[in-house]
Amino acid sequence: MAAIREVERLDTDEGGMGYLQSLPRRVVTVYLPLLVFLIVLLFPFYWMTITAVKPNVEMTDYVNYNPFWVVHPTLEHIRYLLLETSYPGWLLNTVIISTAATFLSLAAAVLAAYAIERLRFSGARQVGLAVFLAYLVPPSILFIPLSVMVFNLGLYDTPFALILTYPTFLIPFCTWLLMGYFRSIPFELEECALIDGATRWQILTKIVLPLSVPGLISAGIFAFTLSWNEFIYALTFIQSSEKKTVPVGVLTELVRSDVYEWGALMAGALIGSLPVVVLYSFFVEHYVSSMTGAVKE
Amino acid sequence: MAVPSVAVQPRPSMLSRLAESRNTLGLGFMLPAAALLLVFLTYPLGLGVWLGFTDTRIGRPGIYIGVENYQYLWSDSVFWLSVFNTVLYTVSASILKFVLGLWLALILNEKLPFKSFFRAVVLLPWVVPTVLSAIAFWWIYDSQFSILSWALQQMGLIDHRINFLGDPTNARASVIAANVWRGIPFVAITLLAGLQTIPQSLYEAATLDGASRWQLFRHVTLPLLTPIIAITMTFSVLFTFTDFQLIYVLTRGGPVNATHLMATLSFQRGIAGGQLGEGAAIAVAMIPFLLAAILFSYFGLQRRRWQQGGGD
Repeated sequence: MAAIREVERLDTDEGGMGYLQSLPRRVVTVYLPLLVFLIVLLFPFYWMTITAVKPNVEMTDYVNYNPFWVVHPTLEHIRYLLLETSYPGWLLNTVIISTAATFLSLAAAVLAAYAIERLRFSGARQVGLAVFLAYLVPPSILFIPLSVMVFNLGLYDTPFALILTYPTFLIPFCTWLLMGYFRSIPFELEECALIDGATRWQILTKIVLPLSVPGLISAGIFAFTLSWNEFIYALTFIQSSEKKTVPVGVLTELVRSDVYEWGALMAGALIGSLPVVVLYSFFVEHYVSSMTGAVKE
Repeated sequence: MAVPSVAVQPRPSMLSRLAESRNTLGLGFMLPAAALLLVFLTYPLGLGVWLGFTDTRIGRPGIYIGVENYQYLWSDSVFWLSVFNTVLYTVSASILKFVLGLWLALILNEKLPFKSFFRAVVLLPWVVPTVLSAIAFWWIYDSQFSILSWALQQMGLIDHRINFLGDPTNARASVIAANVWRGIPFVAITLLAGLQTIPQSLYEAATLDGASRWQLFRHVTLPLLTPIIAITMTFSVLFTFTDFQLIYVLTRGGPVNATHLMATLSFQRGIAGGQLGEGAAIAVAMIPFLLAAILFSYFGLQRRRWQQGGGD
């Protein structure tokens, strides 16, 4: 919360000396580079979209058609993707797995963050540090032993393999983020409640959680996005075509030998990106401010 | 007569006092997170180290074979090539991400119309699933229908199509470019947050003292930004070093292993090739590099802060 207010306050007086620069100079130092950055950063999305609605004839004929535009847009690729492949199933799988992993991680992270930040049990600092270190362990060094475990536990090729392993990178992150939020809640509120005879559980559910809704939302969005984007575990632990998640399904099932269905691939990439983009655009201010808050810790 | 019992009643029982104690309660609250992390993070980390000392394959439990896997890797030129590739990839991509990200952050920190819109749009490459944007890059880098080749040809800059992913040097440059594209937003937005905490009055004071724009950047912005740069770059280096998705989509390590990173080699040997023990050994071999990278970027940048704070 404090971070948001601080950013807003500073927003108003930043660029305070902009008047010292002449307009032509600003065009060269600010607007032109910004334009180049925007074009480079956004071009792949434009190219994805234009390819997804381009008929195959235009896609491979650069002589008669300008590749940057589409003359006869078609929904054929999207229709093919949604009706003749398992794509809708992958979307559903991804939604279920991401939602379950997000709620599981949030529940565990709320309790852990509250315990570390407010119960201050002996060793809380060390545990907090350990949680941070856990965030630094990358999935690329865990996937082989995890695949052995997943297989031995009989979870191989089930959604639970992913729902239970995603929290390994979600919990550390959410805990760290929520610790920052809990710290901003005045301790006096809890003291009052304690004097009135509230239990710790009541304090958590009736005082701390309602006050940290913004933090919960941003932690939830982060967790959901991270699970939606996860690739290496989903690639390793899931084998059946109909149980795959969107990123894995698009890559492994839509690419068949030599014939690349570029239109369908791009449509798949686009539709698979939409949920996280929409989710994020609704909460972009939360997102940016909590990211800066998390970094400041 | 009933007095003693009344006196006893307000005294909480052992059990309820135990339930209210910080340590018991803390332990209970930590339990779900700790259980998940210990079972699915700490244990596999240890299991991975153990697997590296065995000849486990998929479908066959292995036996302890000592450092044989590591001896084999030591004399394996592909492994060393992957180490070289990983270091090259991490160093060049991180430097480019830092320079371009800082530049973008400085631009976004200027007074601009539609500022929050730009800030939101710039983050897009980072929000979208890497695999899906990598597929878009795959199509952009297509050997026959690459839009980049076409555009450069139309402008008369090149006379034949660029073989983006088929030639070792080009393939390395292409995957680094795609990684930089994806990483710039994260660096830019976190550094922007750092820039916004620098008070304008410092710039005004320095300007009154006659500082040039470069001096403002060098002696005001950079020293105050260093702590955030250290954290941002530590994360950036970590994620770049362990990257898997981008390579897996674009080249699968080819051509002739020129873009194999340690993570992709570990997957290829461990999962695709079934040699779990050897794959685990490659993954374990990443740990020292990873620690070195983290320590270097973190402490390297921290020390500069002391030096600058100490009077340059």
